[in-house]
Amino acid sequence: MNAFKTSIRDALANPNLTGALGKFSEAYKVNRAKAYEGIDFEALRDTIATSKAHAAAHLDELAERFTRNAEACGAKVFRASSPQAARDYILGVAKKGNVKTIVKSKSMASEEIHLNAALEAAGVAVSETDLGEWIIQLAGQTPSHMVLPAIHMTKEEVADLFSKAVEERLTSDIPRLVAVARDTLRPRFLAADMGISGANIAVAETGSIVLVTNEGNARLVTSLPRIHVALVGVEKLVEAFADIAPILKALPRNATAQALTSYVSVITGQTPNTDGTPKELHIVLMDNRRSEMAADPQFKQALQCVRCAACLNVCPIFRLVGGHVFGKVYTGGIGTILTAWFDALKASGDIQGLCIQCGACKEVCPGKIDIPALIMELRRRLVREEGLPAAQKAIFAVVNNRPLFHGMLRAASLAARPLSKGAFIRHLPLFLSGLTDGRSLPAIAAVPFRDRFRKISQPPCAERAVFFAGCLIDFAYPEMGEALVRILNKAGIEVVFPEKQTCCGAPARYSGAYEVAAQNAIDNIGALLDERTTYVVSACPTCTDALAHEFGAVFESLGMTEWLDKAKALAAKTVDFSTLVTRLIDEGRLALPEGAADARGTVTYHDSCHLKRTLHAEQAPRQLLRRAGFTLTEMFECDTCCGMGGSYSMKLPEIAAPMLQRKLRNIRETGAPAVAMDCPGCVMQLRGGFDQDGAGVRVCHTLELLDEALRDA
Amino acid sequence: MMFEQFKRRAETAHAEVHRFPSKTEAVDFLADLLRHEAPADGTSPAALIAPCPLLTPADRERLAALPGVSLDVTRERAAAATFGVSQMDWALADTGTLVQDATDIALRLVSTLPAVHVALVTTAALVPDLPTLLPRLSPAKSRHLAFITGPSRTADIERVLTIGVHGPKRLITLFIDADGITA
Repeated sequence: MNAFKTSIRDALANPNLTGALGKFSEAYKVNRAKAYEGIDFEALRDTIATSKAHAAAHLDELAERFTRNAEACGAKVFRASSPQAARDYILGVAKKGNVKTIVKSKSMASEEIHLNAALEAAGVAVSETDLGEWIIQLAGQTPSHMVLPAIHMTKEEVADLFSKAVEERLTSDIPRLVAVARDTLRPRFLAADMGISGANIAVAETGSIVLVTNEGNARLVTSLPRIHVALVGVEKLVEAFADIAPILKALPRNATAQALTSYVSVITGQTPNTDGTPKELHIVLMDNRRSEMAADPQFKQALQCVRCAACLNVCPIFRLVGGHVFGKVYTGGIGTILTAWFDALKASGDIQGLCIQCGACKEVCPGKIDIPALIMELRRRLVREEGLPAAQKAIFAVVNNRPLFHGMLRAASLAARPLSKGAFIRHLPLFLSGLTDGRSLPAIAAVPFRDRFRKISQPPCAERAVFFAGCLIDFAYPEMGEALVRILNKAGIEVVFPEKQTCCGAPARYSGAYEVAAQNAIDNIGALLDERTTYVVSACPTCTDALAHEFGAVFESLGMTEWLDKAKALAAKTVDFSTLVTRLIDEGRLALPEGAADARGTVTYHDSCHLKRTLHAEQAPRQLLRRAGFTLTEMFECDTCCGMGGSYSMKLPEIAAPMLQRKLRNIRETGAPAVAMDCPGCVMQLRGGFDQDGAGVRVCHTLELLDEALRDA
Repeated sequence: MMFEQFKRRAETAHAEVHRFPSKTEAVDFLADLLRHEAPADGTSPAALIAPCPLLTPADRERLAALPGVSLDVTRERAAAATFGVSQMDWALADTGTLVQDATDIALRLVSTLPAVHVALVTTAALVPDLPTLLPRLSPAKSRHLAFITGPSRTADIERVLTIGVHGPKRLITLFIDADGITA
């Protein structure tokens, strides 16, 4: 087992970590929603993204303007291109000022350049003063979270650390521990020669830095010592003083669900020291590859980050494994991206694979950064530079050859039969056994949909729709395809199934194999684009997303612009099942059975990631189920990923399994006898889970429930 | 209306909010508070009052005459004091936030080091929100702008909210409707 897998295993086996993080992540979503009551978050983040994107596009100009204005007010501004330059400058200031002790408030930039180690090597005593930072300093660890650095530790662990620090046996009483921190650090604030802070915002127009804190330590760090050094990443620059208002509205709400933190300090140039002398203020504007990011057409948007850590807080993976699996400085979704740039692309090789691409982070990012898309881009660049692992290469060689691929799926149906019991494969041999840990896999259907389709007789219809089945419906759940045909026929639509359709390319794309995904796209365009059909309908949101958005994106990223028109034409016709059926009902072409509301019993609905977050179609299936006579009862965290994530559950089954367990629990707790969803991948994951769980909850695609309602009518 | 919103928001952030029709009642309240809650131990003053434009020389004299109260703010005294009194320049209704031009270090000493910060502010200083206030501020002149919303807090140990880590454990805000100087 490699070090990365070991770190995952250790994190998952740490009950303190998973317990504390799990509880926090559940409460966070509720509290954050409350903090945003009455606020138009989309409008707010549009404003922030616009001002930060503008700043990222004019970094040099804004840095110059900031320097001029801050220096006019007595600050010294040093522009450091590298971590080494920043460290050297700060060491120089400390030496010149005869600095013996330093107090620090929280600064991720200082973690980025490992500043404490450099200062300590030069014989200067450094005290972190943010409670969380002090805890991890005492523990000799690195922060696991940008805002809550010690969230992975228990009060007992903190009591042990503090007991050693103050040489007194302390209990795990939290108010007492906080009082010990206050009493221990207070004399250090008063004695320190230098204070080091970060900055949350730097304003070019005024030369001001803005610090957002809760504990009050930054006020002491910037007021009491005679020298103040602020270490600021250049991405913190904004142009205008007015730009700070939207950031100050979103940052506390996103970070800690507060309307505003206890303290915000806006510091502009020199202020008087307590002895009346003017304070030395040094502002280090650090680049460390940020300008290179700004010049990258994809990654420039990562500079819109305000470091709120919301992407960590909502990440279903982060809450299981915590920060340290991601690395030593920046963690979570945005951390993966920053590590790839500030450290090295190669350093993100393992951690980019932690992302299941559920898109939860993208929904809450106040800088509107498409974090999942940037992680995909990292994956693509890694594969471009280092190639695919041999096993994946072999798999994609097959996926890229449709007759071979489909032939193998048919063969698998026969080969797996001795292993399967009923509709499931319960155990897989040897190294594959992790795949059936907590979940049964569906047996490959004896007769795939493509063969069954030929035997379906359809009534004469005026309109035609192409059905894109996707691999799961074609080879594992052909009955879903048959139900779809019945439903569309009732609306007067004949279903066409072009046999040359193949894999939608998502598995290849999620592995960074864009050339394979492009070949899949070309094959599918050839098979699916047909002037005589009005729609291309799919009952798999991942496939729908591929057809509607990703074919074009893959062609664009590979420069295959000659295919863009066809990709657009296909996208225009593509629609997911529930959206299409809703449209047909609204047009009066399909009638659901009249009858008493709630006649069909209770069902809970699981939001599939792509249906909700890329197709934004989460209301359509809910309406359909209600119209069909079901009572809908919502589960807790209905839109949290079930852990399937395509091949994710095969690459990282140890993470996917607890995600599944949490989802199963939330479904069970509704008491509903059935759960509906729009994705055959989720169906596979949840059916497999309930098969081993034995709770007897029925797992259905929405179309199966609609089909039953229509057949009973 | 703005005051009610301020009070609700500030109290959510664990601040204490009082309102007085004029400065006289506010000074009475402050004198009472200091008399009862800030007894001097004899060695250093228990309460420090930073320069507050709202307080007339007579008010200052009256407060300074109380045992343990001093108008002379130094770093050492602030570190030893329990109460710090200062005046705030603006208040933001939508977040319950007090705003101060804290360029004068004395203002920061009395609001950061003592366990209790008493903030005087006029009701007329209320503005709806930050975007309304920003155009009125001049960072080049106001070199250290302090925005204060409730007392110091942390949740860094197991996400348990604890009030009063490095800054004040209590923030007592006294709103004054009329400044009393011209009245």
